[in-house]
Amino acid sequence: MRVGIDVGGTNTDAVLMDGRDVLAEVKTPTTPDVTSGITSALRALLDGRDEARSSIRAVMIGTTHFTNAVVEARRLVPTAAVRLGLPATRALPPMCDWPERLRSAIGNHAYLCHGGHEFDGKEIAPLDPDELRRTAADIAAKGIRSVSVSSVFSPVNAELEQRAGEILAAELPDLPISLSHEIGRVGLLERENATIVNACLRELAEAIVDAFHAALAELAIDAPVFLSQNDGTLMGVEQARRYPVWTFASGPTNSMRGAAFLSGLGDCAVVDIGGTTSDVGVLQHGFPREAAVSVDVGGVRTNFRMPDVLSIGLGGGSRVRAEDGLTIGPDSVGYELTQKALVFGGDTLTTTDVAVAAGLVEIGDPSRVAHLDASLVRDAVELIERTVAETVDRMKTAGGAIPVVVVGGGSVLLRDRLSGASELVKPDHFAVANAIGAAIAQVGGEVDRVVAMEGRSRDDVLDEAKAEATERAVSAGASPGTVRVVDVEEVPLAYVPGNAVRIRVKAVGDLSLEGLHAAG
Amino acid sequence: MRRVDVDDLDDLAIGAAVLGTGGGGDPTIGKLIAKEAIRQHGPVTVLDASEVDDDALVVPSAMMGAPTVMLEKIPSGDEIVTAFEALQSYLGREITATTSAEAGGLNSTMPFTVAARLGIPLVDADMMGRAFPELQMCTPGLAGVKATPMAIADEKGNAAIIETVSNLWTERLARAATIEMGCSAMIALYAMSGRQVKDTMIHGTLALCQEIGRAIREARAAHADPIAPTLAVLAGHRLFDGKVVDVERRTQTGFARGEARIEGVGDDAGATLVLQFQNEHLVALRDGRAVAMAPDLIMVVESDTGAPITTEELRYGFRVTVLGAPCDPRWRSPEGLALVGPRYFGYDLDFVPVEELAAG
Repeated sequence: MRVGIDVGGTNTDAVLMDGRDVLAEVKTPTTPDVTSGITSALRALLDGRDEARSSIRAVMIGTTHFTNAVVEARRLVPTAAVRLGLPATRALPPMCDWPERLRSAIGNHAYLCHGGHEFDGKEIAPLDPDELRRTAADIAAKGIRSVSVSSVFSPVNAELEQRAGEILAAELPDLPISLSHEIGRVGLLERENATIVNACLRELAEAIVDAFHAALAELAIDAPVFLSQNDGTLMGVEQARRYPVWTFASGPTNSMRGAAFLSGLGDCAVVDIGGTTSDVGVLQHGFPREAAVSVDVGGVRTNFRMPDVLSIGLGGGSRVRAEDGLTIGPDSVGYELTQKALVFGGDTLTTTDVAVAAGLVEIGDPSRVAHLDASLVRDAVELIERTVAETVDRMKTAGGAIPVVVVGGGSVLLRDRLSGASELVKPDHFAVANAIGAAIAQVGGEVDRVVAMEGRSRDDVLDEAKAEATERAVSAGASPGTVRVVDVEEVPLAYVPGNAVRIRVKAVGDLSLEGLHAAG
Repeated sequence: MRRVDVDDLDDLAIGAAVLGTGGGGDPTIGKLIAKEAIRQHGPVTVLDASEVDDDALVVPSAMMGAPTVMLEKIPSGDEIVTAFEALQSYLGREITATTSAEAGGLNSTMPFTVAARLGIPLVDADMMGRAFPELQMCTPGLAGVKATPMAIADEKGNAAIIETVSNLWTERLARAATIEMGCSAMIALYAMSGRQVKDTMIHGTLALCQEIGRAIREARAAHADPIAPTLAVLAGHRLFDGKVVDVERRTQTGFARGEARIEGVGDDAGATLVLQFQNEHLVALRDGRAVAMAPDLIMVVESDTGAPITTEELRYGFRVTVLGAPCDPRWRSPEGLALVGPRYFGYDLDFVPVEELAAG
């Protein structure tokens, strides 16, 4: 058995699953302290199921703690951003494009040192160990508590970053060191930004992971904990202590993965309709498609793995207006739906009222919407469907109709068909799809690098990258027989000789539950 | 004369990406570098071509190499200073001002860094009126201005002066040096007099970039059509509305070549537009019939936001509007077409102006 928990801004959802069966689901309010919110969700989940406690083999947690810490610039430690790139890169020092508030929150400590590689693997300048030792002395003198190291073209050659990390670690044995090639992709500023963000969260990561352990210990659950990542795969707690930034945006990912699981579909669009907004994403091979462009986190540009999600202002609480032509949203009565909507005795016409009047669902008192004009109701239902259909169409990655899975409390707004959808699926347990997504997450491995194709066959290059991605998935905990390559992308690079191509390969597999208990 | 400050660069970079016609590199890095230079050295004085003395020495500056490399190996900022000093001492004269080699992509913002760091004015002009992939493709070259003596420099402090027999040779030798310099270098070339700037360059393209960027931003803020202002500013034509259904890329002879297929929506439903690109968009074929071709400008923008999309960003599922606009008239002469016409890029097409194609 496994437990999936999703700690959101408002609710903490939890599910207990045995294989593919959902045995129990709960929704509890999120609490400011980490431990008590999780223990109360787990208590409710296991209420009357004492026998389940000992058969829990793993606990998977999706959390917004780290994202919120950055957005709010709270609980971040003073961090040194060490970059290897001199004599290049001086024109844009580390954090130069950050919002001032966040930059000051971590002390604005940027260090430019010699090193880095050219696109073809030559060194821009040799590493200077003395320069790094002087940097370490300054870091120690300033009381800085975490270090980020980035180096030009480290996704292609990580050697200098690793050596610099070793030199700094020898001088600063108590400080955590985050290396950029382990965190981001080609694109120095974005990768470095993600690495600095990761570094400034390292102490918080320790505290949160310890709190998770404390919650489980309190309930006598002896099972390893995993955290879900933005790409829908899991990481162990030791990894979570080192790479907290990878939990960013795991919420929408989990809800999409949960939708895939509940519907049994791997390639489809997922519409998560909440109270105020709907998130639309696309699943490919059971995983959310990633955004191609850089993603902002708290005003910082990053390029790490984020799901490509389009949000629209349409939800179960969206206001419906008919005065000047029919409009829906983007404003919503939100959490006040049960006071303000007509069916609950309020005076605001919402999408939920329209759905009740159209007979799509029975909520509240249907007699309160009986007076609504039939053509208004019909037009509103059609406008909702058209809006969702158009959003799905924009997110599609291939022509033709595709299946659409609808989850979230607002799924009642849609009828059982949608234009452009080969089928419309509203699965059971739709309200806790995100916790289910956490529970069923897999483990993955990725390779992203620039390769000179000249003199090598394309198949050899791709096979090598695929084998390496597979190996990375297995070392992350996937059971070897289940690992498959789910994504291969090649982008030829302009003006670079030798037919340079950027290759990205991702492999995923089921988490190996065997031996987990012993290891945990 | 006007002053350009940090806050002016956002609009300018958007407009530059529009004129980049899919190439020219992502202007973000160029913009960030220019902002940093202006923060350190103060705002840049921008002159109209008419304000330059006839005997002034004006040297266009640019980044040469792979924009993708510059996303990793960010310049030191000293490269262009090294190049300018090398050229200055070779010529034995002070350089009075710099200007843009290319309108579009990151080379619209790079000269601001040069002007800020050297404390010299920037002349609002460029040599292409858009982005092109090679050094010889410029209006001064067309008018007989020599690209050399040219200086090229890297972040390590290496600099080279190149003298060649033709501008095509300049492209070949400078390309070779660029690759040795790590596929990104700064160049100073086509040194010319103020008179030559007035006679041979394309004037006002920085103001044009800024105007396009501002129009897109204001239209978005007003929830108005963000594409109409671009068309108005460039006297352009809306060629096609659709959704990208296929993008095929291949690398040939060091350039990113490829083809994108766009299926029509709205008025264009049922039709297909094929875009052929080599760094820049070069030919647009609607159901097999050319509707725009180089050297005219072919621009792909996001239908909802009017935001320009580079050929490297183009991917399946994008809702795009394809625009065509006339190039500078000099490019439409027989000599211009020999340098940048469809046949130079390997397409078996005779050039027909976009406005004639649009009129049917």
